[in-house]
Amino acid sequence: MTDSVDTILATDCGSTTTKAILIRRVDGHFRLIARGEAPTTVEAPFDDVTVGVLNAASEVEELTGDAFVGDGRLKVGPRAGNGPSASLGLPLAYAGGGAGLYVSTSSAGGGLQMLVTGVVKNMTAESAQRAALGAGAIVIDVLAVDDGREDHEKIGRIRNLRPDMILMSGGTEGGTISHLLDMAEILHAAAPKPRLGRGFQLPVIYAGNTEARQEVAEILGDAVKLTCVDNLRPVLERENLGPARAAIHQLFLEHVMAQAPGYDKLLDWTSAPVMATPAAVGDMVKLAAAAGDLNVLAVDIGGATTDVFSVFGGQFTRTVSANLGMSYSVSNVLAEAGLAGIARWIPFEVEESDLRNRLRNKMIRPTTIPQTADDLLIEQAVAREALRLALLQHRQLAVGLRGVQRRRTVADTFAQDTGAESLVNLMELGLIIGSGGVLSHAPRRAQAALMLLDAFQPEGVTELAVDSVFMMPQLGVLAQVMPEAAHEVFRRDCLIPLGTAVAAVGKSRFGTRAVTVNSPRGEVEVAFGELALIPLATGEEAEITVRPARGLDVGAGSGKPLTARVRGGVVGLIIDARGRPLELPETGRAQTLRRWLQQVGADPRVPAAEAESAARQEA
Amino acid sequence: MPTAYTSGLTITADTVVRKERLLPIAGEVLVSQGQQVEAETPVARAMRPGNLTTVKVSERLGVDPGDVPGTMLKSQGEAVEAGAVIAETRTLFGLFHNTCESPVGGVIEHISRLSGYVGIREAPVPLQVPAHVAGRVERVIEGQGAVVESRAALVQGIFGVGGERRGVLRVAARAPDAPLDLSVARDGARGAVLVGGATADRELLTAAAQAGAAGVVVGGIDDVDLRAFVGYDIGVAVTGQERVPFTLIITEGFGEVAMAPATFELLASLAGKQASIDGATQIRAGVIRPEIVVPLGEEAAATAPHTARDPFGKLRACPEPFDFAQDKLREGASLGARSQLAVGAQVRLIREPYFGRLAVVTALPPQPQQVETEAKVRVVEVDLGDGRRALVPRANVEMVHG
Repeated sequence: MTDSVDTILATDCGSTTTKAILIRRVDGHFRLIARGEAPTTVEAPFDDVTVGVLNAASEVEELTGDAFVGDGRLKVGPRAGNGPSASLGLPLAYAGGGAGLYVSTSSAGGGLQMLVTGVVKNMTAESAQRAALGAGAIVIDVLAVDDGREDHEKIGRIRNLRPDMILMSGGTEGGTISHLLDMAEILHAAAPKPRLGRGFQLPVIYAGNTEARQEVAEILGDAVKLTCVDNLRPVLERENLGPARAAIHQLFLEHVMAQAPGYDKLLDWTSAPVMATPAAVGDMVKLAAAAGDLNVLAVDIGGATTDVFSVFGGQFTRTVSANLGMSYSVSNVLAEAGLAGIARWIPFEVEESDLRNRLRNKMIRPTTIPQTADDLLIEQAVAREALRLALLQHRQLAVGLRGVQRRRTVADTFAQDTGAESLVNLMELGLIIGSGGVLSHAPRRAQAALMLLDAFQPEGVTELAVDSVFMMPQLGVLAQVMPEAAHEVFRRDCLIPLGTAVAAVGKSRFGTRAVTVNSPRGEVEVAFGELALIPLATGEEAEITVRPARGLDVGAGSGKPLTARVRGGVVGLIIDARGRPLELPETGRAQTLRRWLQQVGADPRVPAAEAESAARQEA
Repeated sequence: MPTAYTSGLTITADTVVRKERLLPIAGEVLVSQGQQVEAETPVARAMRPGNLTTVKVSERLGVDPGDVPGTMLKSQGEAVEAGAVIAETRTLFGLFHNTCESPVGGVIEHISRLSGYVGIREAPVPLQVPAHVAGRVERVIEGQGAVVESRAALVQGIFGVGGERRGVLRVAARAPDAPLDLSVARDGARGAVLVGGATADRELLTAAAQAGAAGVVVGGIDDVDLRAFVGYDIGVAVTGQERVPFTLIITEGFGEVAMAPATFELLASLAGKQASIDGATQIRAGVIRPEIVVPLGEEAAATAPHTARDPFGKLRACPEPFDFAQDKLREGASLGARSQLAVGAQVRLIREPYFGRLAVVTALPPQPQQVETEAKVRVVEVDLGDGRRALVPRANVEMVHG
């Protein structure tokens, strides 16, 4: 059925903005044609999400001259297709405009907010958390038998939270029953009420020990709508998150979305089920990892939250840092990172009260934008800390299964680890994708590249990219019905390659040779503590050899040379010889930061042309 | 048409304010429709269920969960005191017995034969919701509370800390751009809502607290002083629950910022009247702004209702009563929230390098222009009032009231 579709309209209904994209088949390839946006309208005075959808689609109409809105709804149907913009070389198969296919994602109204419960905090509760996050939810709390809270505290917490849905887990098959019954008693006593829709039953998914199902159902009674699925941790050594995720998605559509204003209409208009925005982004990240056979780390830094997605060794993990963001949550970045944490990335001296007041004013007026270079650099300093903290939280959840018995050596006996290693191995990371305003709309792409390098500190050889206009959500939901079209647009129009970074791990003496790079552009020697930019344009590839100094590792081992094929981008090939972990000098910090900005052409106070020429000369 | 960013704040000299006053749980409504209420009048009350304490009886007595009902000395619904034996088992012809005591006083709520746990509910806690704003009960919401309607002046701030408080309005600054006066903060501030001008520093806040002020309203505050006042760095922008000696509301922003003249004049004209204030702020979806509500009382009946100041400070008819549905004010729902930006309009610049300055729009170039950051954005040209003109992003200006 989708073979005949040439025109696709896709929207992402975000908390504040509804973004529409128009995709068309051009010369046999699907391409992004236009993008429009409008404020989201789930709140008063509109109380109807489709108003924002129509407004965003109208902006696409204005840009293309095609008609997508008529009679107060979207024009979608198999005969709909090309309007005037078909003159862009498209076959005039249809008349009257409209889209052949319409899909949408949603995170409006605060997204899907879930409470998860388990028996052991680091085992089943953590698995449940991964299931909920992977399905696109914001996990508002994790309750476990061993979480240190008294029963009445848990009951009080559940009452106050008003989640959209609860996921219960716990007990391997044949394992504990009593602890699950305890948790059921707590839920029953709390009598939780849903956030949206007074008077409707709160959906509860039970994905624990199947032997406790019946008794849990008896305890919970009619107060909630209970759905039972397979145990998400049937044995300690294995997670089975699929059935729980599928149930979350189904209940999200049937219950949560159905309660949101205007969603009945939206669900009627779409050609495929509406997806939670982060779930759709997650699907695109998985697609990118599979297509490139790479380990991928993707981040979406928004005004209120920062989502981090990773695929390492084929295992997908998503986390959401609900209070790390660039506007609404900027003060929380200040609270978590501390003033010194942010100030250390600012390449000039700034008074404490001045910096604090600037950040607070951004919080209370979240839609303002930096006008001065100093203000831009302060925002980018905040972004570095928000990204760093979000990755830290992600690494804590992107771990192997805790509780699994491992063969331990004598050396392990003395190690103080918790028994679970983070899956996020930065040396094995192949690609970082950055999205969100501060990254996607940085005036210079080199600024986005440097923010990603400073915050994530990738090791060895890593490609960097940004999502041009943040269309991964729309492409993710499109991939459900037209995966090839989604992948084609993702590859051609969505990702902007920034280039490749080669970073040395370890420490050396500042100013001494750290790495020597041989590339088709010649030989470049980079001192420890410095950055260098080697021109390598988008579409270009080059074989390079990197010879690190003793004690430094670029991926082949300490002091060993590495030969790699690298891809270019709008920034180029960045040689990062600042060492890992990256340490900022105590004296001359501001000057060092300014030098780093200039070395990659990211200093807004040095004109772009001048910066480019300086970088070329240095290279 | 170009539109300026506005924070959607309402400054109105006379409107009808409706406030939903609801209990967090079902309870008893104490007022009736049409009844006149004072700010302190209780509107509804409820008994919040006490904490539920779970006693693991089967574990304590070493019996199967299914056998717990047979060991109970107290039945469901029965009251128990702390330390009272609620269950016991006897073995060896009754020679030995194990007992289980209740750790708290309360009522036995459930006895589970599935988990073997007994739930004891502690004594309920009384809850009462006052009218907060003097006025008339517009309607009763059965079992939950009431909607109180009041002819009042309303000023919304941009950020606040501390919850609901009530006090007499007292002007404590010479002008909108002058700081709070220390002598006023020290003397005669007990129970008052002090209206300052541009700012209040740490010394002034301490003086106001020591004098027992109910609230302080100023144009701006330095975040270093706010941190000292609250005792910690506010992270997520959801406030109202802070344990602070008085409620603090800022009307313009952080730093030393002159209060908008119309706001200052309006509050000054209401000096001596009882104000109901709330610092609760939520800068998220479903935004909540801090507010100062000053009921106008009987004398207001003679004048035309529903007037508000337009962006230029002129009083005009307000088309709709101001409705605080569930105490949440939605951005864009009030007069002036989406004011048009036009040449001649007075604006406040809300971002560096001109943060806090008032200016007048002199041109609205249609094409995006490059600013110092190198970003190309839509801009507005403004007269800074000192002979200079400046181009600033349209996102960084806000219409001002008066």
